[in-house]
Amino acid sequence: MIELDNVGYSYGGGELLSDVSVRLSPGSFHFLTGPSGAGKTTLLKLCYGALLPTSGVVRAFDADMRGLDRDQMAMMRRRIGVVHQDCRFLDHLPVADNIALPLIVSGRDMAAESGNLRELMNWVGLSSRADATPPELSGGERQRAALARAVIMSPDVVLADEPTGNVDWEMSQRLLQLLIELNRMGKTVLIASHDLGLIRAAKREVQARVLRISNRRLQLAGADL
Amino acid sequence: MSKGNIRSFLLGDAQADRVVPPSGFTAQLTLFVSGAMAFLAVFALALSLASGRLADRWASELARSATLRINAPADQRAAQTEAALKILKQTPGVASARALSAEEQAALLAPWFGAGLPLEDLPVPQLIEVIEAEIGYDAAGLRLRLGAEVPGAVLDDHTRWRKPLVDAANSLRRLALVSVLLIGGATAAMITLAAHAALAANAQVIEVLRLVGARDRYIAGAFVRRFTLRALIGAGVGTALGLGGVMLLPEASDEGGFLTGLGFQGLGWLLPLLVPLLGAAVAFAATWTAARRKLKGLA
Ligand SMILES: Nc1ncnc2c1ncn2[C@@H]1O[C@H](COP(=O)(O)OP(=O)(O)OP(=O)(O)O)[C@@H](O)[C@H]1O
Ligand SMILES: [Mg+2]
Repeated sequence: MIELDNVGYSYGGGELLSDVSVRLSPGSFHFLTGPSGAGKTTLLKLCYGALLPTSGVVRAFDADMRGLDRDQMAMMRRRIGVVHQDCRFLDHLPVADNIALPLIVSGRDMAAESGNLRELMNWVGLSSRADATPPELSGGERQRAALARAVIMSPDVVLADEPTGNVDWEMSQRLLQLLIELNRMGKTVLIASHDLGLIRAAKREVQARVLRISNRRLQLAGADL
Repeated sequence: MSKGNIRSFLLGDAQADRVVPPSGFTAQLTLFVSGAMAFLAVFALALSLASGRLADRWASELARSATLRINAPADQRAAQTEAALKILKQTPGVASARALSAEEQAALLAPWFGAGLPLEDLPVPQLIEVIEAEIGYDAAGLRLRLGAEVPGAVLDDHTRWRKPLVDAANSLRRLALVSVLLIGGATAAMITLAAHAALAANAQVIEVLRLVGARDRYIAGAFVRRFTLRALIGAGVGTALGLGGVMLLPEASDEGGFLTGLGFQGLGWLLPLLVPLLGAAVAFAATWTAARRKLKGLA
């Protein structure tokens, strides 16, 4: 699905990531952890083409990201659902439209999709907030809406950046269940998180690999996780 | 763009237009600029058409008639007039020549000296009206021959004062046309600025749209549609006001000279209807270029 091959990245100063190689194979479940500022968000951005590596190769669906033109990049992003750390909503649109945004911009017939949308909003427990605008939502509601938007296109891959950063333990368990359910449906899932409790809880239910960024390198975490 | 694409572009997609937040400031700017420019364009167009008409009319009217003046002592006047008429008849390119009657001459002078002028008592030259044929005559040759045979004849073929007038009207037409082009260019420049401002103000929105898989043409389309519609509406209002202003201009009349008849005539009234369409086309091109350039710079 997504492959990083000897990837290095630098924002201009020193190198933030070096020699990172990882393969997210279809149906796999990964956690990405590491201290704040280690480069978790940066690594995810490399995975969906928001950043291009300064060295090495990133491949999505067997295509080198560097070789994609702008339209191909857009098409690739429709196959990858992303929960951004800061959610990235359009504040002038109601929540329902924000969740449906990937459908809208890809020109889907919204009348035909309205059933799906309603079902998904139910699934994340936001049915009653459909007409609110994003600034009116609580932190947890925002993250649920972000997760709903990430999966509405039924993407092959879901990348979630701290999807439980703003919620209590109970809600984080619910969000995790949503992601585990998606993985059981065959989706490839990668969650960036430094919530070790969450990672332990997940490992009881799914076969998850835990990757850790430390000293600019990506390592497989030990069995203690 | 194919036909179907243009149709779907114009009809748009209500959803697509909502993804870009309404931007009051650039909207008003575009409306005002395209309205004002359309208003000016209508006047420049009217001026250009009117001065063109004037140039054509002066050129053709003045070119076709000339005057021959016989300045001779009273006793020789009739004989010299006779001789001049004979020469004119033999001159190729002269369609007809006719000595003006005493009444006609008096009528010509009446505005200057009042009616009831005793023409016989004054040394007024005899006038001969010369109407030129399509092919035209050789004025220099005619002058030579008249000089030899009719000593008192002076040929006034109006070229002396006709040419600068026609030239002036023609350059007025050119200036007006250049103004129309400049107005189009200025509109394009200002709409480009407004579009850049709108794109910059919505950088975050555009980034989110790119992240969820929107293609450039979708994002650009949402902006382009908006600016094109605004330019169309603004230019429509500006054109209507401009046409109203032109209609209030005085009708063409002989007394008013060239300052009247500045409006449109006949089918010319249809021409300003192109102004809103051209304004919209300019806005379309300007916004499309600005959006494509801006989007290329984003991830
Ligand atoms: N656009 C940028 N330009 C320059 N430096 C950046 C940029 N984005 C991130 N950085 C730097 O890169 C480093 C890694 O950032 P990143 O967001 O990937 O960390 P992270 O692991 O996601 O942290 P957190 O757990 O706090 O979200 C940080 O030091 C950050 O300051
Ligand atoms: Mg981060």
